[in-house]
Amino acid sequence: MLCHCGNPAVIETLCREHFLESIERKVKETIDRFNLIMPNDKILVAASGGKDSMTLALILHKLQYTFDILAIDEGIPGYREHTLSELLTFCKQQGFPPPNVVSFKDVLGDSLQELLQSHKPCTVCGTFRRYLLNKYAKGYDKLATGHNLDDEAQTILMNVYKGQPFLLAKLGPITKANAQFTRRIKPLYFCTERETRAYAFLNNLPLAFHECPYTHESYRDAVRSVLNNAEQQSGMKRNIVNAFLVMHERLREERNLRQCERCGEASSGRICKACQLLDVASAEPGTES
Amino acid sequence: MKIFIEKTGETKDIEFSGTVKQLLETLKLAPGDVLVVRENTLLTDDIELVDKDSLKLLSVTSGG
Repeated sequence: MLCHCGNPAVIETLCREHFLESIERKVKETIDRFNLIMPNDKILVAASGGKDSMTLALILHKLQYTFDILAIDEGIPGYREHTLSELLTFCKQQGFPPPNVVSFKDVLGDSLQELLQSHKPCTVCGTFRRYLLNKYAKGYDKLATGHNLDDEAQTILMNVYKGQPFLLAKLGPITKANAQFTRRIKPLYFCTERETRAYAFLNNLPLAFHECPYTHESYRDAVRSVLNNAEQQSGMKRNIVNAFLVMHERLREERNLRQCERCGEASSGRICKACQLLDVASAEPGTES
Repeated sequence: MKIFIEKTGETKDIEFSGTVKQLLETLKLAPGDVLVVRENTLLTDDIELVDKDSLKLLSVTSGG
């Protein structure tokens, strides 16, 4: 198979050069279409050391955006230390400043392992990751995450399957402006997982496959399998996301966010979810650092 | 043909010749789930493989 330029294709019908260009162009178009980044925006990239966040950082750099990098260390043994190591290697190779690494243990006084006594691992992990991302993104105009088309399609279906359609209002390529949250943006919104993996490979990013030991307990894993099997009819994930975007503005509603009475972070109730989980684990919230 | 499967870390040794698409069907892998690499080059579905090839199958899905 040949690319339109006559060179051998390496993925779909594109050669290496034209594939990389197509992904970078797609990200730029997403940023422009949804006004994800405004001039002089101070940007924080949330990076895990996986293919998506590395791809995101590299493309933003190529598009001449400047940013800081934040990584969350949940303390998952045999997993997180490897991805963080690869993230550090990536930053060094690209000449980026080293990431700010915030650890569950240092900030919350406990680690994910110890908080799992009474809750599902992904619930605990997700709650505290979001808590720490929100906390450390203060002072920035935008928090950029590496969520891709597959992630978004999965989350849309998960919320529908769980009978929680109004949670769909929180999704989309950019969150609503809010005094308590830094707006989150997803520049890789229309890039598939396959594309980001190929992009990372073709740029020789320092990646190895590491699997979270809890991944197979997650509801998302089951939905991913359903979607990937259905994607044999190609374009389904893109159709799901495009249909969602048509409905998105109608789903958005004013969310009356408050401040947690205990830690002061944004909360939908009197006490935020992170503090509720810490109560269950009988640990005191970490002190402000 | 030696095939290293990134997701499991195992290396299979099989007899095969045919296209990449046919190989994935033989291994019961969905084309969208892996990227096939030979000598550090990505291969498209139509590429012909020979038995002496040494391949790497990269997992598209992240482990997180």
